[in-house]
Amino acid sequence: MIHARGLARTFDTKRGRERVAVKAVGGVDIDVEEGEIVGFLGPNGAGKTTTLRMLTTLLKPTSGTATVAGFDLAREPVKVRKAIGYVSQSGSTAGIARAGEEIVDHALLYGISAGQAEKRGKELFDQLELEGMWARQPKTMSGGQRRRLDIAMGLVHDPKLVFLDEPSTGLDPQARANLWTHISDLRTKLGTTIFLTTHYLDEADALCDRILVIDHGVIVAADTPDALKREVAGDLVELVLASESEVATAASHLSKLGTNTTADIDGLVVSMRVQHAGAELPGLLRALDGAGVTLAAIEVRRPTLDDVFLTMTGRSLREDA
Amino acid sequence: MTFFYDTWVIYRRQLRLALRNPAWVIIGLAQPVLYLALFGPLLKPLAAQIGTANAYTFFVPGLLIQLGLFGALFAGFGLVSEWREGVIEAERVTPANRAALLFGRVLRDLSLLLVQGIVLIALGFAFGMRGSLLGMILGLVLILLLGGACSAASYALALTLKSEDALAPILNSIALPVLLLAGILLPISIATGAPQWLVTVSDFMPIKYLVNALRELFVGHVLTITTMWGALWVLLLFALGIFYGTRTFRKDNA
Ligand SMILES: Nc1ncnc2c1ncn2[C@@H]1O[C@H](COP(=O)(O)OP(=O)(O)OP(=O)(O)O)[C@@H](O)[C@H]1O
Ligand SMILES: [Mg+2]
Repeated sequence: MIHARGLARTFDTKRGRERVAVKAVGGVDIDVEEGEIVGFLGPNGAGKTTTLRMLTTLLKPTSGTATVAGFDLAREPVKVRKAIGYVSQSGSTAGIARAGEEIVDHALLYGISAGQAEKRGKELFDQLELEGMWARQPKTMSGGQRRRLDIAMGLVHDPKLVFLDEPSTGLDPQARANLWTHISDLRTKLGTTIFLTTHYLDEADALCDRILVIDHGVIVAADTPDALKREVAGDLVELVLASESEVATAASHLSKLGTNTTADIDGLVVSMRVQHAGAELPGLLRALDGAGVTLAAIEVRRPTLDDVFLTMTGRSLREDA
Repeated sequence: MTFFYDTWVIYRRQLRLALRNPAWVIIGLAQPVLYLALFGPLLKPLAAQIGTANAYTFFVPGLLIQLGLFGALFAGFGLVSEWREGVIEAERVTPANRAALLFGRVLRDLSLLLVQGIVLIALGFAFGMRGSLLGMILGLVLILLLGGACSAASYALALTLKSEDALAPILNSIALPVLLLAGILLPISIATGAPQWLVTVSDFMPIKYLVNALRELFVGHVLTITTMWGALWVLLLFALGIFYGTRTFRKDNA
């Protein structure tokens, strides 16, 4: 479905007086087969949106080639456009228009009849929990509702390949879970191929067959979510103690939760990666209480993109962004 | 032909949005109407000096040009906010004809301009303007050509710059000299006492020929050298504007 070779894009920008070339994407190879759901993971400024804009014909690559949906990006852009749907990171509707009109007009540009567009649009509104919003002005919709309207815009013509740029930003957990269901349904019911970007490992995990990790415009890892997760061992448990004297006791109790790891100590903070932290936590708290340790705070962090990244490249995502 | 169909889809959407928020249409019309009401009376006693029988027949063509020029020239601002909302990218990712994205918008501007022009002429009659109806209709056609050139160029510039802050100074630095040097408000000619250097400078302003042509048309002089020059210049501007606009909208990474 997508076969890109050495796709690169450099932007000329001005920094103060001098002109600098910003290498947004530095030659990526991407292969996505029909019916796959592939996640494109990376920190801010990694080059995700730029890559997507190239693959969707919106931006001309500085170098490299790609075939998208069976057509050459450079030579047959119109055929590519006909076959794909794109949900951009930054919206797609006019605030003062009506949601339904935007959907129908968008579909008309794909050559779909108005009747068919309205039928499919209303179906999508139901599935994305936008019932009753057909005549609403996007500017009066909440951020999450407007985001779902963008998603409906990108899907109204039933494309066989969909690009979603951070589809779930701004969605509450329930809406996000619903979106995930909808996206996997697209694949099972319509055989749609999906290429989506995200910052969230759990999202990529729940949805994707494969994940490509991009950083500084270069793909640094490409694997299944399971394989990637295996590299990060568990959730991060952070205990913040009330006094220095109890740090060692707390560290020894926390270390018991791991098989061959020991807790890290950083001032008053004791931390360690723990498998299934949620289930282990009650016992840990009881044990600490029993030992007379007073906690100022406790925090549990699920493995994040940052953690995967850290394990893979040995440095944090945000360190030198 | 997908070009015509796409143009129609874009045009209809743009018109719908413009009518939903008619404040801009009304503000655009308010300016020349205020000129007509507040500046017109000052011209009346000067009619003889300017060399015209009817001050309003002289004045309304200038106001029409002002309407066509300014309304259309600032159309680009709307495109910048559309860009910001992601509408332009959403349209560009569809297989829609690139030029249709421009033409649909230009046609919307021309529709509004036509209505505004008719209202202005009707008001002119109410104030006491008299003249040739055929000439006025032809004059409106020239104004539409001017408006088309300005709005296409403005959209192209907006699509290139994508920022109001960059767009505003450029458009203002075009609009002001045109307003002053084209003789829109007062004629620039030796006969009415303008200094020679100013006349010479204004001779390089294509819009001046259009203003003169319109004034001739309004009094019923249809086929004269002056009207031909005006029509020639406006056709040239139109061709340039449409060429520049289409080329910009067709570029891969605008
Ligand atoms: N039009 C542009 N002009 C100049 N630089 C740009 C442009 N678009 C993107 N960049 C630069 O290219 C790099 C990659 O940007 P891109 O938008 O692809 O990142 P991203 O991975 O989508 O990030 P985010 O997670 O924040 O959406 C950034 O450094 C950005 O500043
Ligand atoms: Mg992005």
